[in-house]
Parts: sequence; structure tokens; C-alpha cells
Amino acid sequence: MLRYIIRRILYAIPILIGVNLITFFLFFIVNTPDDMARMQLGVKRVTPEAIERWKAERGYDRPVAWNAAEQGMAKLTNTIFFDHSVRLFAFDFGAAESDGRDIGHEISTRMWPSLAIALPVFVVGLLAYVSFALLLVFFRATALDTAGVVMCVIAMSISGMFYIIGGQYVVSKLWNLVPISGFGDGLSAWRFLVLPVVVGLAHGLGESGRWYRTIFLEEINRDYVRTARAKGLRESRVLFRHVLRNGLIPILTGVVVAIPSLFIGSLVTESFFGIPGLGSYTIEAINSQDFAVVRSMVFLGSLLYIIGLILTDISYTLADPRIRFD
Amino acid sequence: MLPFKPILLWTDMLVLLLIAAVIAFVVRARQHEHLRAPWRKVARSTGGMIAAPVLLAFLAIGFLDSLHFQRGTPPEKGQTDMRYGPDVLSVLDILVEHLRIHQERSFSAPFATHAHSRETITRPDGSQVRDFPRLRHGGSHLVDPETDRAADIGRRLLRAVGISAVLGVLVSVAVVGTYARRRGLSFDGALGAMRDGDVDLPIGPMLVSTLLLITTFTMLFALSGVYHVFGTDKVGQDVFYLTLKSIRTALVIGTATTLVMLPFAVTLGMLAGYFRGRVDDAIQYLYTTLSSIPDVLLIAAAVLMMQVYMDTHPEIFDSVTRRADFRLTFLCIILGVTSWTGLCRLLRGETLKLREQEYVLAAQAFGVSHFRILLRHILPNVFHLVIITTVLKFSGLVLAEAVLSYVGVGVDPAMNSFGTMINSARLEMAREPIVWWSLAAAFAFMLLLVLSANLFADAVRDAFDPRIRPVRRGPRVKRSGVAPARRAAEAA
Amino acid sequence: MSTPILSLSGVRTTVRGADGDLHPVDGVSFDIAAGETFALLGESGSGKSLTALSILRLLPDGVDVTAGSIHLDGTDLLALPEQAMRDVRGRRIAMIFQEPGTSLDPVMTVGDQIREVLDRHLGLRGAAADGRALELLDAVGIPDPRRRLDEFPFQLSGGMKQRVMIAGALAGEPALLVADEPTTALDVTIQAQVLELLRDLQKRLGMAMLLITHDLGIVAGMAHRVGVMYAGQLVELAPAERFFAAPDHPYSRKLFESLPTRPTAAGRLSVIRGSVPPLGQVGKGCRFADRCDDVLPGCRDADVPMKALEPGHAIRCILDSRALAPAVVSAPADAAVKVASPLLDIQDLRIHFPIRKGLFRRTVGHVRAVDGVSLAIPAGRTLALVGESGCGKTTVGKGIVRLLPLATGRIMMDGVDLAKLDGRALRDRRRDFQIIFQDPFASLDPRMRVSEILEEGMTALRPDLDAVQRMEAVDALLTSVGLATESKGRYPHEFSGGQRQRLAIARALAVEPKLIVCDEPTSALDVSVQAQILNLLRDLQERLGLAYLFISHNISVVRYLAHEVAVMYLGRIVERGPTELVLRHPAHPYTEALLSAVPALHGIDARDPIRLEGDLPSPAAPPAGCHFHPRCPRATDACKREYPGATTVGPSHLVHCLHPAH
Repeated sequence: MLRYIIRRILYAIPILIGVNLITFFLFFIVNTPDDMARMQLGVKRVTPEAIERWKAERGYDRPVAWNAAEQGMAKLTNTIFFDHSVRLFAFDFGAAESDGRDIGHEISTRMWPSLAIALPVFVVGLLAYVSFALLLVFFRATALDTAGVVMCVIAMSISGMFYIIGGQYVVSKLWNLVPISGFGDGLSAWRFLVLPVVVGLAHGLGESGRWYRTIFLEEINRDYVRTARAKGLRESRVLFRHVLRNGLIPILTGVVVAIPSLFIGSLVTESFFGIPGLGSYTIEAINSQDFAVVRSMVFLGSLLYIIGLILTDISYTLADPRIRFD
Repeated sequence: MLPFKPILLWTDMLVLLLIAAVIAFVVRARQHEHLRAPWRKVARSTGGMIAAPVLLAFLAIGFLDSLHFQRGTPPEKGQTDMRYGPDVLSVLDILVEHLRIHQERSFSAPFATHAHSRETITRPDGSQVRDFPRLRHGGSHLVDPETDRAADIGRRLLRAVGISAVLGVLVSVAVVGTYARRRGLSFDGALGAMRDGDVDLPIGPMLVSTLLLITTFTMLFALSGVYHVFGTDKVGQDVFYLTLKSIRTALVIGTATTLVMLPFAVTLGMLAGYFRGRVDDAIQYLYTTLSSIPDVLLIAAAVLMMQVYMDTHPEIFDSVTRRADFRLTFLCIILGVTSWTGLCRLLRGETLKLREQEYVLAAQAFGVSHFRILLRHILPNVFHLVIITTVLKFSGLVLAEAVLSYVGVGVDPAMNSFGTMINSARLEMAREPIVWWSLAAAFAFMLLLVLSANLFADAVRDAFDPRIRPVRRGPRVKRSGVAPARRAAEAA
Repeated sequence: MSTPILSLSGVRTTVRGADGDLHPVDGVSFDIAAGETFALLGESGSGKSLTALSILRLLPDGVDVTAGSIHLDGTDLLALPEQAMRDVRGRRIAMIFQEPGTSLDPVMTVGDQIREVLDRHLGLRGAAADGRALELLDAVGIPDPRRRLDEFPFQLSGGMKQRVMIAGALAGEPALLVADEPTTALDVTIQAQVLELLRDLQKRLGMAMLLITHDLGIVAGMAHRVGVMYAGQLVELAPAERFFAAPDHPYSRKLFESLPTRPTAAGRLSVIRGSVPPLGQVGKGCRFADRCDDVLPGCRDADVPMKALEPGHAIRCILDSRALAPAVVSAPADAAVKVASPLLDIQDLRIHFPIRKGLFRRTVGHVRAVDGVSLAIPAGRTLALVGESGCGKTTVGKGIVRLLPLATGRIMMDGVDLAKLDGRALRDRRRDFQIIFQDPFASLDPRMRVSEILEEGMTALRPDLDAVQRMEAVDALLTSVGLATESKGRYPHEFSGGQRQRLAIARALAVEPKLIVCDEPTSALDVSVQAQILNLLRDLQERLGLAYLFISHNISVVRYLAHEVAVMYLGRIVERGPTELVLRHPAHPYTEALLSAVPALHGIDARDPIRLEGDLPSPAAPPAGCHFHPRCPRATDACKREYPGATTVGPSHLVHCLHPAH
């Protein structure tokens, strides 16, 4: 088991390196730092001196991967590649290009608001969607099931942004229950969190509910379910003891991959509700074309996803005895 | 000399390529029963046939909007060359030209005759008042809007209903007649069969959906000549026009992306599954790495980089249209790059299974080359997955466009799309009284498009996926054992 | 006969389809007395499984019982509310299914799955339930039951899983056990163990049993009474002894005649022409009429009722009972051992699959699937390779036609070592050897037309033929395997299993091979269709001088078709010789056990069978010394030390055993 986990972790390293190389290529090879400087400073009226100054301030004036002017290890370390790609592995993200603030510090403070929304949506959502799907499966091939599926299909055909806009309009503007957007300190933040969480839950219902229903329906057609019925078990017991347990394996392992990424939050939700999380941080960076922040977020996002993959493998071994004992 | 110059944008080429691919597939499917049979099953599904007319209407609009040209003016004396205007127009623009040119000054509500906000109006006598000014086009034919408008709208609606009734009868007669001929029935016989439910195709629901569609569009067009049926936006553009133009963007994103990704996904997936070993390791590494980067972030990074390139090389993009089009093409490509991994993984898994199938072994026993086996045995047997993925992906991509445009890494702000509509309308939510119509229009059309795409995709998946069977319970409500209907058929 | 515990009367099931209602079970009536075993015999599609599921009301969605009644001890099961029916399931009637591998919940321990029944029906919980579960596992012969209670199904072998299924079924102490093809998925030696267990339990507990099977041998060994089903109807109902002495319905008789153990004087098997009619195509009158040799004009006029011949014996036939002509059991066509120079000569063939483990997927060992096999097949002759699943016989076949990489060994054919060829040279030789597979549904590409399938080999290996010649060849091939030439434009799914296997044979013949490896070509087919294919294979051999390597686990098929037999166990050949010699006088204890495990037609246990202990060991770690010694009744200490060399025990009859039977 431990060996297995170690193997998965080691396997993640080349992938992370690959991600790093792709981002480096995108940010420094496709366009040169000169291009970026020109763009940041305004394409038309820009002097070569201004470009050089801009690059020097951010350390982009050095060679890409090999600094022949330096001695020893510095030939490698005093380069753009080392400073802006290799250092990421040590969570040294550097400073933002737009305002010069430390990205690492921003990330560590901004991830909590993101988590405060994403985690409840994830946990409550999982429970709610599984229960909903089981309900539909229990009443399968009845009018209730059909209505549920139709509702799911309609719900998943609506863009997530309409849920947010609709929620804000009805709950905040018409009913005046909670603020439209913003964020508070400590426990007072709950007033700002309720609506994003509820909207997030509503948004996920259609797709997840239908997906889980399909999984459970697939399980309910298996031979062991027939065996359980032949034992004289009640339908509810067949569902909860046999179908649920087996169906949860693909569901759990399917959602575990998303757990680490909860820190990143949702770009759209946070931006609409003015939550100062990592999602809105990313959007701000995109809008101000702050490449250092976008680069850091790409690396962080990939890292968390890869951790999610490892967790998925581990959860598989925990959830499925066929793999646990193999 | 032609009075216009055809223009082929990048996305137009993708659209044409797509149409060519579909035609090639249809020609092939006509000769091969196994390709035709699942589509017949799609034709028998109620949901799919309700969605089909709607999708067809959207496709037609998108297609008309993909035929681009520049208007020309005849050469002046002493010159031989036509002079072409700077605007790139589409056939759709010509068909709804009134919508395009009926521009107001700013916001106005649906069917409004007056602007949404007060302006300083100079009266004929020279005095100035702050009031809601009359619109230049919306309801400008009415003498006294307050008293005449309702009657005028009613009259036009009535006429529209009349026209759509005629159209509806024509369409229904054509559809039922065709069906009757195919089944060798008389027209009355076919009607009788439909009444008794003795039809193998859901003609009734399909006709209802078509008739609703015809009525809606006739009404919209009947009214849109003299009113802004969905109001106007901040710069006074007709929202109905914007909505129609957004359809092409959504369709291009939803289909061209798949076109871009299919070659990678299919080739790499089959190679990985068939050859296993190091080939498999390399391809798996590639797609695991790519799929590790969160989609939005990868797209954001790529689009930002493209933005830099476009800004620093302005000379390449000579017009706004070309610039927006290039960005749309690039968006399709980068969406393709982020979305090929799923299908690739799926095909790899399926190929791993297929390569152990005995008919593949039999071909190997004949010494048939690997390339030929991949082409003749593996590809046809994974093709249903390609089709299912293509149709399932469509709606997701349409929704993704809206989100990406909101984030700022979607289509060019100058391009009409549901995303840009939502994005600009969102800012007006705070206005009093609220400007809701842009959002409502985008919502309605997006829902209609995505919902019918989802319904159709469901029908296609049910027809193509041999594993999934619809659940059906016998008419006698009895909680008896449930095993797949398939097993019943086998045991039977 | 005592009062019946279960009584079916006119049971009819209905599938509502798009093209009207179908009746997979159509008016079935029979009784089962307490303590009696009633066998429902039929080919696939006869409706026997649906009959069983109707009794428990576990029919699949869309299938319903629409007529008739089912009484259990006087209670009408069809009228019971679902809740009361649940008290019947598992308590009064228990059921076990064909696939023990999928019929147990994979994520629930064996103990929990049994305790579930104890809790539901007997109210046993806690220690009492544990104790009872332990007793049950012990009763079904599971070694070390205490440990097994906490294990998951995937940790058990197929035979063990079926024993767990049986333990779960017995937990509710049912009055009737329904066993739906309980041993079809198991190997023959394991089948023998499970059948013996069922017989023994039934005797001990006085339970009634409804046994559903397609295997006449199993019926003979188990049943007191027999019902034969055909196309949804019972066609014969008889006491087992009477039935096996002289079946009366033409279909029953044909079933016996098409068994490979009973070839006619000409050395051919009697066949039932055609195949079972599809559900939608049963017309008026006798459903067997189209395939019956004794069909009369009146057969198709009206539905034929069951007719009692004597108490407890009835047939659905308008003909009078006639005595069955005694079956001619001829010696296989050619028992003499001819010494001919072999077409194929295999020396020390080894095929290993690497086991990868650890960080870098290093190869830490090998599964020795084939571990030093030597064989020879003369031209125009058949060598049968016999063994249970996992013994490596299929791997040998695929290795010979070079579909798998070989570790070592020589495959000499016409003076050329096939094992050394590759690339172009191998391709050119592929014309000489072809293979046909077990599963007629997986062996034809569903997306290709028949003509394309048959042409594929010709395009690849006979470039001298042009398109016209290929089309002529396709016609000739179809004719030679007994299919209409019009079928070349059709797709495989339009054919029945037997017809598909004919197509697979035609595909192999297309390149005019000298040798065909037949990998279990009939094991997926019904017995009547199997006879057609066996006859075809034999005809083709005589006409074209083909050599067959016939891979099979079915001894009676081997007896009919093979000139020589080689028996495999864990990757090695343990015994090899002329068919008659090996099958009549097996020398290796494994061969003996294998042969005695085959259910015989001669009533309940005429012989004293040799029951093997335990399961097949893993070929990744075969036991030291003789691979068979842990299960061998004759094993001595010497057997544990080294693998025995070949001993000659008769003309061309070799055995690898220190203690051969003679």
C-alpha cells in the first residue's frame, strides 16, 4: 500500500515537470519578454529604455535558460527559467507584475475564502445529489423519475451565470435577504457565503444528479442485485446496502480528484459575488494581464489536480476491496 | 463583375470542412446498414425528434451567417476595379438588414416606442424638456403610441398566426405525405395510423415542435420590422439581431472545436491502445500532463499569449472582423487542445479491449498490417464513441463559451456571442428600472439551443451505445426483479 | 407421487415489444414434490430460465407473467402482495445463478452476504448468526470457513463462489432450491464437486430442487424427473429413468442423437436441422415441426396439447410413442495409429507472460502459461488438446499461429521453423495455418459484411487473386460451409451462433490452410448446433486433408473428432496418445479425474468418480516437483521433488507420472 502511494507520487513528478515546461513555453517562448513589456506599457508609444526598465524590474532581462556570463551554478540559476519556473517547485512564486505584491502571500490568504464556498458546496452537494439520484432510482420508470430527469436536463442546459444572476436578483434584490456581494471577516462572513453556496448547489444538481442516477441504474442491473432480491430483501435495503455501496465507488473516486482544487475556488462565482478568493484573484490577474500571477495559478492548479489524482488512486484502494487486497 | 466579393474567414473554412465531413459521412452511411441503423433509432426517439427541428433552425441561421462577403460599388468612371466596402457582411445580415440598420441611441425596452431613460429634448418651439424621447425606429409608424400600440401589435400577431397556420399546414401535409409514401399508406391511412399510435416515428411530437418553431419565428419577424422585440442595448443595437448573430458563434465553438480535436484524440487514442508499451506510456504522459492543467487556466494563459501576439503584430489583422475571427479560431483550437484528452482516454481503453477481440486476432493471423487493422477493424468499432462524444460535448462547449467570455478569455469583445451579451448586460442589472431584456434574450436562446442539443445528444447516445438501454417497467405495477431488458431479450 | 410442493399451471410470460407481444414462456405446467429434483432441460432460448424467474417473481423489466398460476404449498404466488412475496424469497424458495462471479456483491464480505439472509428470515443476529454462517460454509465444503467469512468474493475461486452462493441459499432453510445452470461457468472437475454437493445437500435436507440445465449428463446424474422445454413450451415430461431409457418426443430423441458420444454408423452425428426459431416467429401448430424428421401434414394445423402416455409421462406430439432405435455407438473413425511424418512438429514450446511489479514496473517473474510443450500433428489428422481453463491450451494454440510472442521452442512445418520467422517471411507462411475461435459473436467484425470478412484473408495472403476471382472464391466458400451464397451481402448479427461459426470456418478456409487451430469452436453452441459444426469439420477434413489442433474441454467432442489426445495441466502436457487409448485407459491421475468428472448419461453414478481436492494452482507459482501432486490421490514424497519425465505406457502413449495407472 505504502509502496503503491510512493509510486504514484514519484509518477507525479514528471507530470509536474511537463506542466512546468508547457507553461514556461507559453509564457516566455511564444512571446518574448519584450513583447510583454510592449504590451504592458502600451504598444504605440514605448521607448526601448522603458522596455528595458520594465524587464529589469521583473528580472526578465536575463538569458532564458543559460547565463554564460555567470560563474558555476549561477550559470543555471541566474536565468528566467530558473527564477520563474524552477522556483515554483519551492512555492516561491515571486512578485506580481502589476502591483509587485508577493504572490505566495496573496495565495495563502486568499485560499480560505475560496475554500469557505467550495467546501460546503462539495460536501453538501455530494450528499444531496446522491440522495436525489437514489430517490429517482427508487422510483425508476415512474412519473417521478421522468420528471426528475427532465428537470435535470433542463437544469444542466442553463448556464451557471444565470443561476448566479437569478439568485442575486431574487434573493438579494427582491427579497433583500442577504447582500448581493462582498465579504466579511470571521464569522460575519456567513451572510455573504449563503447565497454563493446555495447557487453552487443548485447549479450542480442537474448534471451530477443525472450522472449519479445513471451509475446507480447501471448497478441495479447487475447480477448481485438479483441475488439480493432472491434473498427476499426489501427494495430499500437492496438500494442502500448493495446498490449504494457499489455505486459509491465510481462516484467517490470520481469526485475525489476535485478535492484539492477546492482551494482554487470558482472564477465566476467569486467574481460575481465579490469574494476575495483565489478565483477572483485569477480573474483580476487575467484582466490586468498579470502574467506572473496567471503563471503561478496554472502551476498551483496543476499541482492540486495531480494531488487529486494521487488521492483518487488512494481512495480507490480504500473503497474497493478488490484493489485493497490485491 | 459581381456586385460583391465572397470572403472566406478561418471559421468559415472550418464550417465548410465540417459540412463536407457530414456529407461524406451521410454518403457512406447510406451504403452501410450498421452506420444507418443507429440513426434510425435516433429518428424513433421522441426527445431527439422534438429537438431536431429546433437544432436545424439554429444550424440554418448559423450557416447563413457563415456566408460572408464584402459589398461592392460599381467602378467610377476611369477605373476598372470594383470598390468594396470595409464591412464584412453575411447573408443573414442581408436577410435581416432592417434589424441591423434600425439602430437607436441607447437602451429601449422590448416593444418600446420611447427610450428607456430621459433625455433633454428640444421642442419645435425651442424650449427644452427632460423626457423619454420617441425611438427612431421602434414603433415610429404609430401616430399615438399609447393608444395605437396594443392594437397594432395584435393586428400583426394575428397576421403572423395566419401565415404560420398556412405554413404549418403545408409542412404537416408534406411530412405526413412523405411518411405515408414511405410506408405505402394513403394519406388518410397515415393520419389514422398516427391517431392510433401505430407509427414507428414520433411524427406527432416532431410536428408540434416544428409548428411551435414556425409560429414563434413568424411572430418575431412580423413584429421585428417595426418594433425592437427584445429591446435595444446600450449603444442602441437591436437585441434580437445580436441574439441571431450570437448563434453562429455558439455553433462554431460547439462544432469546430470537436473538429480540431478529433484527429488528435482518435489517432493517439487508438495508437496507445493498440500498440501499448512505450507508445502508450508516451501518449498517456502527454494527455495526463495536459489534462493536469485546469482548463480555464490553460485557456486563459493561451488566450493571453495570443492577445500579446495580436497586439504586437497589428499589421496582420487588417479589420475588426478578421481580428475577431482569428480569435474565435484560436479559441476553438485551444478548447480542442484542452478537450481531446477525455476522448483519447476513452478510445485508448476501448482499443485495449478491441485488440484482444477475436476478429482482430483473426486479421492478425492473416498477417494483415497494423495500419490496416486500425483502419478496418478498430476505427469502425470505436466510431460510435466518437459520435457520442461529439454530440455530448457540443452543449458543454456552448456553455463554456459564455463563461470564458465573461472571464475575459473568450471571444473578441467585438464579436457577438451569448457570453458577450451576458457580460455586458450584467453591468446594467443595477440600473433602475432594471434592464433585463438582453439577459432574457440570451437566456432564452441559449436555453433553447443547449436544451435541444442535450435532448438530441441523449437520443444519439441511447442509439449508439450498446450498453445503455432505457429502463422500462411493465404496465402491471409490480416490484419484480429488475435486470436489464437486454437479458430478457437474451433469455427470451 | 406425493403432493406437490410447487405447482405451475399454464404459466405464460409476455414481453411487450414494439412489434407486438412475445411469449418466451408459453403455457408451462409441472409439479415438483417435496424432496424431489426436477430438471428443466432445454437449449438456449427455450424459456427455461424465465420459467424459474417467474416462480420467484424476479422477471426482468418488461417481462411479466400474464397467464397461469404458480402455487407453493397451496399458496398462489402470483396473487401474493410484493411484501408477502419477499417473505417467500430466500425463505421458502431460494435460488442460485449461473455466474457465481457476478452474482455475489463484490464489496460485501462473504459472511455479511450470508448473515443478511439469517437476519432477514430467521432473525438471527450477532454471535448466533456468526455461528450459523460458519456452519453453513462448513456444510458446503469450504475449507477454513472462519477465515473465509471475512473475505470478499474476489478472493475466492469460481467453485468456492458457487459454494458461497449455495450457502447463502441454504441459510433460509428453503423448501425449494432453484438452481439455474449452477455449474455452466465452472470447469468440469469443479462442476463435479458442486453437483455432488447439491445432490448430497438435497438428500440430507429433504429439499426439493428445480434444476435448470442444458446438459443431458447433468440431468442424468441429478434428476428424478425431467421436463424438456422447446421454444417456450414443455414438450416432454417424464421420470428420469424412463426418459433416459427411451425419450419419446422427437426433439428429445434428436437431442440424444446429436450428442457426440452417439455417432451414426457412417461416423456422422445426427443433427437437428436449422436452429431454435426466434421468439417472434413461432407459428401455429407444433413448434418443432420445421426441424422434425417425422413431421406429418397435421403437425402445423393446430396447437398440440400435452398427451399423457402413462402416469407421470407426457409428450407434446401428435405421433404415438415409438421405441427409440438403439443408438449406434461406433468406434471413432480411425483408431489405428499411423506413423506418418508430421505436418506440424512442436518441440519444447514455451510462452511466458511477464509479471511486473514495483516502482518501475520491473519484471519480477513470469507466468509460465506454456512451459515446454511438444506436439506433433500429421497431415489430415486431428490432435485434441484437453484441459481445464487456465491450463494454457488456448495459449498454445495462439502461440502456434504466432499471435503471441514465444519464449523458446521450435514449430516445424514443412521443414521451416515458424518460431524463427518474422516480418514478411512469417506473413508468407501464414497461408498454411489458420485459427478459429470459441466465441462466434466476438470472432466476426460486426461492422463488416460477410463478403468483406471472407475476402480479408485473400486480400492479405493471396495477392494472385483479382476481385472477380475473390468473389467466386467467396461463393464457393459459403457453399462449402453450407450457407447460401446470397448471405455474402449481410452482416454477422443477422446470423445465428452456428451460422456464425460456419462463417468463421469459411474465413479460415479462404486462404487454403493445411492446419487449422480450432479453439473450443463448439463450446458456445447448443448441443444440436454443435453436432452440425462437428460434422462440418469432419467433412472438411476428409475433403481437404486438413489437420486440426482441436482445443477443447469437452471430452465427448474430443472422443468424436480427435485421432490423438494431449492432456494439459498447468502449462505442461501430462499425457498424450491415441484417443481411444487415453480415454479408455488413462494413465495419469489427472486424466483419470478429468474423465470421471464428466457427467455420464447412465443414470445416477454408475461409476465411482475420482473427486479432486482443491483448485487449480496459479501458473505463476506452480507447485514444485510434479505440478499435480498437491491434488493427486497417488502422490508420494518423490512427486514433490522433481517433475516426472515421460513414460511410455502403450503404443504412442506417453505419460508424465511416477505412478501411472497401468
